[in-house]
Amino acid sequence: MPDKIQKFLFPAVAISLFVLLWQYAASRYSSDLFPAPRNVIEAIRELVEQGRLWKDIGISLLRLTIAYSAAVSCAIPVGLLLGRCQPCLRSIDPLVQLLRPISPIAWFPLAVLWFGIGNAPAIFIIFIAAFFPVLLATITAVRNIPAIYYKVSSNFGAKPAQIFLGIIIPAAFPGIMTGLHIALGTAWIHLVAGEMLGADSGLGYLIIDARNFLRTDMIMAGMLLVGVLGLLLNRLITAGEQLINRQWGITRQQ
Amino acid sequence: MQKSQTLKISLQHAGKTFVSSSGERHIALKAGNLDIYEGEFVCLVGPSGCGKSTVINLMAGFDQPTEGSVQIDGKAVLAPHPDRIMIFQDYGLFPWKTALDNVLFGLKCRGFEAVEAKQKAMAALAGVGLTAYAQRHPHELSGGMKQRVALARALAVEPSVLFMDEPFAALDAFTRLHLQDELLELRKKQKITVIFVTHDLDEAVYLGDRIVLMAPNPGRFENNMPIELPYPRNRTDKQFDHYRKELFEAFDLVHKEAGRKSIEAEELQQGGSGI
Repeated sequence: MPDKIQKFLFPAVAISLFVLLWQYAASRYSSDLFPAPRNVIEAIRELVEQGRLWKDIGISLLRLTIAYSAAVSCAIPVGLLLGRCQPCLRSIDPLVQLLRPISPIAWFPLAVLWFGIGNAPAIFIIFIAAFFPVLLATITAVRNIPAIYYKVSSNFGAKPAQIFLGIIIPAAFPGIMTGLHIALGTAWIHLVAGEMLGADSGLGYLIIDARNFLRTDMIMAGMLLVGVLGLLLNRLITAGEQLINRQWGITRQQ
Repeated sequence: MQKSQTLKISLQHAGKTFVSSSGERHIALKAGNLDIYEGEFVCLVGPSGCGKSTVINLMAGFDQPTEGSVQIDGKAVLAPHPDRIMIFQDYGLFPWKTALDNVLFGLKCRGFEAVEAKQKAMAALAGVGLTAYAQRHPHELSGGMKQRVALARALAVEPSVLFMDEPFAALDAFTRLHLQDELLELRKKQKITVIFVTHDLDEAVYLGDRIVLMAPNPGRFENNMPIELPYPRNRTDKQFDHYRKELFEAFDLVHKEAGRKSIEAEELQQGGSGI
């Protein structure tokens, strides 16, 4: 099966090449400055032995879950409203366009002043990072619902509640899902940033803490963990998205 | 034929003019009269821009006339109503619902209880020969099957009028012929008035009790042609050919005139009514 081979073998080759390249580059510098793959694996093992690994991953995922769910449960209702209500969208849109380009990181100084060091600033920053992609995707999804669905609904005498729950939400769902997908990636990126700046635990803190002790192997271990977890999260939501698209009859090339 | 003398739909001096944002007036339908009787099967035919889609949208209540009135059962049509269901060329099925759930949607909107709705939906699907496909999603069905589901959804709520806006135009020739026969069969069982928009003249002669020919620039009613042939009709029949010829000649006249008129006007007129 050439397709299967391509799917697994090719990435394996690419990753191996990358590790070799890394190994080669690292060999030209001192391991304190540029640790080799082996040093990073050692550092991860150290984290496991200290019992720190699962704790940091756990706290990061917890913050992500809280902030992401809060952002999603705010952004979807607001997006549904703005997508359906043209005057509302007209009024709010400039404000959204004004706030959206402000990097969530820019909120950091205020977040720490307002909430202090701990969970809150990271959660706040992830919230902002995840909110806008979901909001915009929801608005677009609702506005792109084919007019024929409304025509059919009104023809059969559907009540507003039936139209909202039975038509608008499911019709917009694949589009909202795309927003959820993008937002999860953005949220994960900003989680690390948030934890580097305003937390005393989690993977972002792990990286900044390692820097304070000049443990480059530990910095890279933190980075690697962030990458691997990001990959897994992406895989998870892609699977969910595909399930929905199949159900809706949307086929998308992988 | 199920034609009666009871007036069902009546356009009285009904017309539709669009005014564009730049203030230009575009007459989609020149004010005209049209009476359709209960149980009649009326085909609206005509070239692009003749206003046939405008007419069906006015009758279905999706659009309001800018002059005159449209009445059904003696009452002005102000909005769509479940007693009069529209069938669209692109089916209007909900892709996330199975065939059964699509049919159930209409019934649930009508307030039927779950058990009764399910019975009616399954009966409607059986009526279009799709019992085995009840659990399929639209993307798993062919175009012809999708239109059958749409038909089942419409007939399940037992409307007195069926509006069909080029319903078979997107289907291949064989499927189209099949669905034409199925539609005539369904109509025999359920007393229903059908307004059928098409640009396929053969289809119109095969299906209609009457053909209303429309002309463009501005869109208007041009010609009324009763087809006095018993059902089922035979396409190779001499009399069928006679009607066919008559319609093609009338259409040709309309078409030629439209061509002449539209040389300068076409670009301005497009984007108005009709397909």
